[in-house]
Amino acid sequence: MHDEKLIKEIKRKALEIRKWVIESIYRAGSGHPGGSLSVADILACLYFHEMRHNPKDPKWPDRDRLVLSKGHAAPALYAALALAGYFPVEELKNLRKIGHFLQGHPCMKKVPGVDMSTGSLGHGLSVAVGMALAGKLDKKDYRVFAILGDGEVQEGQIWEAANAASHYKLDNLIAILDRNKLQIDGPTEEIMHLEPLAWRWQAFGWDVIEIDGHDIEEILDTFHEIKLNEKPTVIIANTIKGKGVSFMEGTLSFHGKPPSEEQYIRAMSELEQAERELND
Amino acid sequence: MIDAAITDKKRNLRDAYSSALIALGRRNPDVVVLDADLALSTKTKRFGTVFPDRFFDMGIAEANMMGVAAGLAACGKIVFASTFAVFATGRSYDAIRQSIAYPELNVKIVATHAGISVGGDGASHQMLEDIALMRALPNMVVIAPADATEMEDVVPAIAEHNGPCYVRIGRADAPILFETHGMFEIGKGYVLREGSDITVIATGTMTAEALKAHDLLKKEKIDARIIHMPTIKPLDEKLVKKSAKETGRIITCEEHTVIGGLGDAVAMAIAEKPVPMIRIGVNDVFGESGEAWQLMEKYGLTAENIVKRAKELIKKS
Ligand SMILES: Cc1ncc(C[n+]2csc(CCOP(=O)(O)OP(=O)(O)O)c2C)c(N)n1
Ligand SMILES: [Mg+2]
Repeated sequence: MHDEKLIKEIKRKALEIRKWVIESIYRAGSGHPGGSLSVADILACLYFHEMRHNPKDPKWPDRDRLVLSKGHAAPALYAALALAGYFPVEELKNLRKIGHFLQGHPCMKKVPGVDMSTGSLGHGLSVAVGMALAGKLDKKDYRVFAILGDGEVQEGQIWEAANAASHYKLDNLIAILDRNKLQIDGPTEEIMHLEPLAWRWQAFGWDVIEIDGHDIEEILDTFHEIKLNEKPTVIIANTIKGKGVSFMEGTLSFHGKPPSEEQYIRAMSELEQAERELND
Repeated sequence: MIDAAITDKKRNLRDAYSSALIALGRRNPDVVVLDADLALSTKTKRFGTVFPDRFFDMGIAEANMMGVAAGLAACGKIVFASTFAVFATGRSYDAIRQSIAYPELNVKIVATHAGISVGGDGASHQMLEDIALMRALPNMVVIAPADATEMEDVVPAIAEHNGPCYVRIGRADAPILFETHGMFEIGKGYVLREGSDITVIATGTMTAEALKAHDLLKKEKIDARIIHMPTIKPLDEKLVKKSAKETGRIITCEEHTVIGGLGDAVAMAIAEKPVPMIRIGVNDVFGESGEAWQLMEKYGLTAENIVKRAKELIKKS
């Protein structure tokens, strides 16, 4: 159980992340709002409570690592990093602009706090396995988090990584699967089915926990429960694509499309309203 | 000489691809189309709507898609497999090598969103090595059409060719250069403008820039021959050698790294009888996020840069 104050504070951060997702993608004129909004709560929990990290020292060797394997959710990651203090929030206004450092997809050579360059799907879990292996080798107690899309786990390489992770008993590795049930061409189960998803991960030797990926308290409690039992953990986070902006929720069309001016205004006012309600 | 001009009219090559694919599908029941969760972007979805039984979305699993394409082809199908160029070639290279190129199967990889003009998505999505990768494979035909008219001719031509083909097109709308159909033939280069001072050989999106450069050079009294080279492999070596001999200088232009693409192919062709040459392309660096036109400008993929480099080459030689 976590105290009310902490939960409220993280909810506030998640809303701030969502506002910056909308703001930065609107200003950029391109980007992926749907999958950025669905991971906002998870990222808020990680960067504002669960992860051991230091924005003043982004390369701290003992920090927990995060690999955003579904790199197209970069706007949410950048917002979390900026709000945590890795770089000025004003930079979020220059997403995807030439001559500025916030690339369309995460680039570890340009953005402080980004632990791995991603964007092509299906690569990140392998990298996270490598980071977790290094942690074991060096007898360090950092953990590695990898955020995966549900469509993304259709890539075969994900399952090669999953197998390696349990083989090497990487209990310092935690994958979070953003189960928003949509990819680009349609619902995951219509395009290329994934169910029974929990069972598949179990079969690959992972501990599986299923949660509501928008319930801050449940997310925090879940991180708390993860055991050092020589098994990697996957959290299947049931989420809603576009969460927090009514007309983006559960839609395919906002996977990779920026809001129009009118939609931008509506989205921001909805999120501001949610902020006011939270403060009441 | 081929009739070509820059007009104000633009058309997306992906639209041309899907309409040509549908026309082909009507004529030939063996045509099967695969995509990897980008069917709305590559526009193969339109084929899927007309021929739902012959369209398969393979999900986000490109290497598997290439293997499945090979299997379908091994059973007599003419398979078109599409996704973005970066995933089509990079993520699936070994599947293409082992299961398509080596057994010489009838798979047509049509990749969209090639090159730096992808724009905002940034370096992870800007495929600049695909020509090099595909060119290196035995049995593979490599094509980069310049406009929508040509794209509509490329689709039936590669269907006609029995063997693996790789076609790369960009994301953006492109100016229409060719008014009439029927020009395209695999392995042929086309002289779009006659000239005797220098030869500019361009492919894909850069052919339009080369045509603009011709007019700019003319103002400076430089008479440039412009060649459009849609097929990078097999290269029209005869035309390259002839132009090298007749104009004495060559510039190549491609929206691709200077390593392993059109420039290298042309350099290879004239290696035994070399002439002074400059290769315009992206100079062995990854791209970055930005607007397409900003990136084309920054990385020197413009008519203005062709003019600048042509003048340098003429001054030096
Ligand atoms: C290897 C690869 N193939 C295709 C793409 C293009 N792409 C970007 S996002 C996406 C859909 C991702 O769906 P999902 O993993 O469910 O992400 P989310 O719903 O969270 O946005 C695709 C196909 C890509 N980035 N990488
Ligand atoms: Mg999804």
